[in-house]
Amino acid sequence: MALMRITSPHAHGPMSTTRVMQNVLLALIPGVIVLTHFFGFGTLVNIIWGCALAVAFETLALLLRGRPPLFYLKDLSAIVTATLLCIALPPYSPWWLIAVGIASAILIAKHFYGGLGYNPFNPAMVGYVVLLISFPLQMTAWSPPRGAGEVPGLIEALQALFVPASFDGITMATPLDILRQNNSLLIKDLWQQTPQFGRWGGMGWEWANIAFLAGGVWLLYQRIFTWHAPVAMLVSLGLMASLFYDGGSSASGGSPLFHWLSGATMLGAFFIVTDPVTSAVSLRGRLIYGALIGVLVYLIRVWGNYPDAVAFAVLIMNFAAPFIDYYTQPTSYGHSSEEGK
Amino acid sequence: MSQTTNYRELSLNGMWKNNPAIVQLLGLCPLLAVTGSVVNAMGLASATMLVLICSNASVSLVRNIVSDAVRLPVFVMIIAAAVSCIELLMQAFTYELYQILGIFLPLITTNCVILGRADAFASKNALAPAMYDGFIMGAGFGVILVLLGALREIIGTGALFANMDLLFGPAAASWKIVLIDGYQSFLLAILPPGAFIFTGLLIAGKNLIDAGIKRRQDALKEKPVKGSKRVRVTGHIS
Repeated sequence: MALMRITSPHAHGPMSTTRVMQNVLLALIPGVIVLTHFFGFGTLVNIIWGCALAVAFETLALLLRGRPPLFYLKDLSAIVTATLLCIALPPYSPWWLIAVGIASAILIAKHFYGGLGYNPFNPAMVGYVVLLISFPLQMTAWSPPRGAGEVPGLIEALQALFVPASFDGITMATPLDILRQNNSLLIKDLWQQTPQFGRWGGMGWEWANIAFLAGGVWLLYQRIFTWHAPVAMLVSLGLMASLFYDGGSSASGGSPLFHWLSGATMLGAFFIVTDPVTSAVSLRGRLIYGALIGVLVYLIRVWGNYPDAVAFAVLIMNFAAPFIDYYTQPTSYGHSSEEGK
Repeated sequence: MSQTTNYRELSLNGMWKNNPAIVQLLGLCPLLAVTGSVVNAMGLASATMLVLICSNASVSLVRNIVSDAVRLPVFVMIIAAAVSCIELLMQAFTYELYQILGIFLPLITTNCVILGRADAFASKNALAPAMYDGFIMGAGFGVILVLLGALREIIGTGALFANMDLLFGPAAASWKIVLIDGYQSFLLAILPPGAFIFTGLLIAGKNLIDAGIKRRQDALKEKPVKGSKRVRVTGHIS
């Protein structure tokens, strides 16, 4: 009989890892549909290719480590990691880009550290950051949303994946990029002159963010995670944005609404920041953890050099999570908070 | 100290069992910083090895006239003098490489491998073994440096032995081997995180080989025969 080592807690709740991961995948569906509507089949093709690779790498890693692959594959965590990473990648990425990302996420960030539950960093974000600093050209090549340019079809999406040299895609700067590089136009004029901006945030991006928000709220309702970290992140991001909004001059960092509904804000807030393994554990700790991620997202977005900041902010705070937990340990039942000081 | 020095033991220690780079994990600063390509790694490896030999030799010569209380400052000054010589030599003969290595050449002074060997070995041994120890420790450090440089250069740029003319003169300019044509450069391998990841992989590889050797040795040991008596234990082996 194989004796499986499973991380604590060993008490069984009705929610198994598999059920949690299933719910997370279900909650991602509206966001993926919106992304597919605005950017074409690129995201969907990314996800399918990424999941196939994730299963392959996970099986390989488990076999090398002498663990039963099927038992661990069934918890769907590899699929969730791959899906999150592929949603964050630009659509119409070449196959090798996704392969390098998934390999970094599954092999380095997850199995080098001992598998699910032992990883100090969020695997999907590690994969994303590896790609972002290694292949800046490919990682900033976002195709224009429906309404601002042509959206490639399914055949073209497959062609972009497997024969990248023959794919002639059009790319456009993302709204976050445009805003960061803008230093001459008032926000109001920038909005009118650039087709990539929508009603509140980036065109297409705002609806994708709203869809991810909806999925996140459903997960909250299902009690997959507590409200602390995501709410803290969104509030602190909003506060930072209002502090530096300055009424919309050319040096403005953009309105709070723009930051909430641009880039990976909602995906990050509800699907990345809430990762039970890599985030802070105590409720007070989660508030601090989420709030600092919000602050970092704003700082890196507005004064940094990279297209989006959620991945970097999350990784930096993953470092800090054990430290936060150390100082926010709740007092155990029956002990006063003064004891042991 | 025994009079006869076991050179075989020294070599094994420097190259494998007590390798300064992947077992003692000393001198990580240059190890991580300049191993972006083979030529950089070779330049720093040879400089480090020369400094190690010089400093070990000098320390061994003065070991009986320096009191214990002031030995560390004396060692550091000897090392700094050796490093300055090497730095001037490199400035004279390999100026471009000298510029690329930059601050990491003077920083050899603070490399723990050198002070460690001076204090742990050279200050207790005669001239010949001390020099040999400097050489073999430098070689062990250098091999890892070059290996890391090669790995990072291949994965980072898809080529090997680029810019070797910086170290070996104009004739070496054609040594560059392009392994993969049209390779997308993988920046992570050349940037500092790549150094950490590949060093970790090398250490893991060494541990894997060690475990394999140990398993083979265990298999060669005599197995207890069933039914024979345990020493000082009652009962039989089943």
